[in-house]
Amino acid sequence: MRLAILTDIHANREALAAVLADLAQRQVGRIVILGDIVGYGPDPVWCTEKVMSLVQAGALCIMGNHDQAIGTADDALNITARRAINWTRPLLDDGHRAFLAGLPMTARMEDLLFVHASANAPEDWIYVTNESRALGAFRSTDARLIFCGHVHQPALMSHDLSGSVRAQRFPMGLPVPLIRSRRWLAVVGSVGQARDGVAAAGYALFDMAQNELTFRRVPYNVATTVAKVRAAGLPESLAMRLQLGA
Amino acid sequence: MRVRPTEGLQIDGFTLGAQLHKGGFATVWDVTHPDHTLPMVMKVPTILDGDDAPTIVGFEVEQMIMPRLSGVHVPKVVAIGDFAVMPYIVTERIPGDSLLATFTRAPLPMSDLLEVMARMAAAVHDLHRQHVLHLDLKPANFLQRPSGEMVLVDFGLSRHDQLPDLLAEEFTIPMGTFPYIAPEQYLRSRDDPRSDLFALGAMIYELATGKMPFGAPDKLKGVRKRLWRDPVPPRALRPELPEWLQEIILKALEVDPAHRYQTAAQMVFDLTHPAQVKITARGRKLAADGWRTVFARWRVMRRVKGFAAPPSLSAQMDKAPILMVAVDLSPDMEMLASSLLRAVQRMLVIQPDARVACVNVIKTARIGIDNITDDDGTHLHVSRLVSLRAWADALDLPQERLTFTVLENPDPGTAIIDYAGHNNVDHILMGARGHSSTRRYLGSVSSQVVAEAPCSVTVIRLPEGRQAA
Repeated sequence: MRLAILTDIHANREALAAVLADLAQRQVGRIVILGDIVGYGPDPVWCTEKVMSLVQAGALCIMGNHDQAIGTADDALNITARRAINWTRPLLDDGHRAFLAGLPMTARMEDLLFVHASANAPEDWIYVTNESRALGAFRSTDARLIFCGHVHQPALMSHDLSGSVRAQRFPMGLPVPLIRSRRWLAVVGSVGQARDGVAAAGYALFDMAQNELTFRRVPYNVATTVAKVRAAGLPESLAMRLQLGA
Repeated sequence: MRVRPTEGLQIDGFTLGAQLHKGGFATVWDVTHPDHTLPMVMKVPTILDGDDAPTIVGFEVEQMIMPRLSGVHVPKVVAIGDFAVMPYIVTERIPGDSLLATFTRAPLPMSDLLEVMARMAAAVHDLHRQHVLHLDLKPANFLQRPSGEMVLVDFGLSRHDQLPDLLAEEFTIPMGTFPYIAPEQYLRSRDDPRSDLFALGAMIYELATGKMPFGAPDKLKGVRKRLWRDPVPPRALRPELPEWLQEIILKALEVDPAHRYQTAAQMVFDLTHPAQVKITARGRKLAADGWRTVFARWRVMRRVKGFAAPPSLSAQMDKAPILMVAVDLSPDMEMLASSLLRAVQRMLVIQPDARVACVNVIKTARIGIDNITDDDGTHLHVSRLVSLRAWADALDLPQERLTFTVLENPDPGTAIIDYAGHNNVDHILMGARGHSSTRRYLGSVSSQVVAEAPCSVTVIRLPEGRQAA
């Protein structure tokens, strides 16, 4: 079976639609969403409802820190993120709020673990940005493969037989075999707010039979989303960020 | 590793037979499996107790790369074993010894040498085509099929340019086999396909002369010398070797990868077209460089930290393709021939290291003897060659990047397709004659080539109305 792994949608309707159109052509058996459906972007209602319908159709969805912040006043968010959440909250109805509040922190599927941030303390929203943080995640679970988001920059880490963790370079759009002698941690790139210099939506495909992971990039109409961010009166830095993908 | 290999061991349906080979890092066993009739071998890494990272990572690299390879020049992978129980790779068994046995017979007679060299280089080209640098080419890593093709084995130091490089930051010392390792590999580079061409050059040198070009250093320090000390020219050791062979060997052994062959296919091309190799001072020299020259080189090279590597293996192969131009030299095709020339000139702008093979086909009768000498006694074949050279003059390419071939065949389309296949041609350029009813029914040469060629084909056609001009 092939999994499509999406994360950090951030209320970006155009990006989510582009990713869903792309994976519709690729024989995906199941969709997994690693959280942060809302926040930053101008289309929280559409995105939440889209994810709710995907979950109804069998998709798996994990909670992200922005999803959690809808229900609880989270002081951990930075000022821009908090402004966007305060803008988002009145747009959502009780059904949306209940859905977001009810999302699990982690999920297991055979030897795969799905989590929004770091597996060792999912509710602390730790960014897995380097090898030593990845080591913490590897140590907290016996899962062979860990998929997370939160960072908005795709990355791949391996944990070898001697226990050392290394960041591995990978080509975009081509399958990488996740050889069984190692455990692997994949930080999936963001659907709705890329931060690695490419203004496009990111997601990943994992082929369970072939044991191969492909990081993908899908172009979407960034200008439309940027115009909506500005029309909604959201912070200008969020519009700039979408334009640059950084 | 929980299980160790022994004769009679059963694992995942495989039964181990006799041990065929015991190397420093692995053992190789004859194996059978009820579901597989193919003769097979199992390679098992010898993992010592405790920290044995190099062996483990090397084997992980093989497990990652080998299943992605295909074709006659690599062994077919049957199964891969998990590290949790016993790591292994089962492949088809290639009968016979490695080339190591052939190397003990070096120097080889010229006739054997030519064949072995071209087959070795063809295997490397096939590997590069599949995005893999071998990086540890040596006689023991070449096997030969009964049908003649060389098979490359041992991918423990290899690099796939579209996969993570597990060896990248793992070890601090350069890895490879001292007599054959390229200078840039000594300087820690793991991403230059031309490193494999250096190793090929070193092996051909050994096959031709019976000596290793840089000796067999037992310490890493001894490897460094090849950055400035040139090998003794092969013809100084074996005077009957032709200049063109020395030219090929010393070109492959250039210290700076930019001065070597740029792709294995280009090296194969020279090995199979010796008459057209341009001989330079490199091919003619009969002694190694004097101490002044070597000292001057040492002063520069001892500070060198590395050489520029290409952005990727595929980028390197795209930049240095073999272009084949099939030129029709008949008088009514002059306009088309000059159009074709301009098309080639434009391609050379974007592919600056391309090698251009100009080909003309003489259509011979299927039955009977052809009149290949015209009324004035000029040999048709020779006169075609002269015209072909004249046509290519305007390309303004150095001689070593141009070749001229006149083929004789009753079927020009097939002649062009076969030539492209045998010479690893990447792209064919040819002209198409105008439309006519005969061609519509019988099919044109260009449409046959487009349909059947093993590579890209560009067909140049004159705009309607200009053909008769």
